[in-house]
Amino acid sequence: MHLARVVGDVVATIKDPELHGHRLLVLQPILPDASPVGRRLVAVDATGAGVGEHVFFVRGREASFPFLPAAPPVDACVVGIVDAWHVDDDARSGPPRS
Amino acid sequence: MLLARIVGTVVATRKDDRLVSSKFLIVRPVDPAGAPEGNHLVAVDTVDAGVGETVLVVSGSSARMAAGLKDSPVDAAIVGVVDQVEVKG
Repeated sequence: MHLARVVGDVVATIKDPELHGHRLLVLQPILPDASPVGRRLVAVDATGAGVGEHVFFVRGREASFPFLPAAPPVDACVVGIVDAWHVDDDARSGPPRS
Repeated sequence: MLLARIVGTVVATRKDDRLVSSKFLIVRPVDPAGAPEGNHLVAVDTVDAGVGETVLVVSGSSARMAAGLKDSPVDAAIVGVVDQVEVKG
């Protein structure tokens, strides 16, 4: 799994029938110090996450498992909303207080 | 999933039997603002998308979960046509 921040959402009317009813979120992967790393991507939501929240997401075939027995065509899925995290080094733990 | 813009089509007469009647498009990944990033790739279209549209591309083994691609040798499939991307912050 990877840490990320939800930065937006996607609206798509025409889509695979198995995707109907699922929210699509734009994620920015982040480092443990909450700084952005890598490309933004689109993930389906299995947790009710919203813009601005820190989450962790799973990639690959496993991304469709939260929706079993359905098997939607997804390769990234938000599976947890992060309340807080901590790392034992100089990097700041987060999420940062606003 | 990736956001991507459709930039072209691919025609292939000789191909794997399981790819017969699939429609292949060349897509260029884009960031949420629409700026191109990364390399072009060939994706199977399952939603009747066309050149110039922004679409949702699923990659890896998950691509086979798209409609009609069960057991097909594909690793990228177009599964949605994007109407709008909203990025806040």
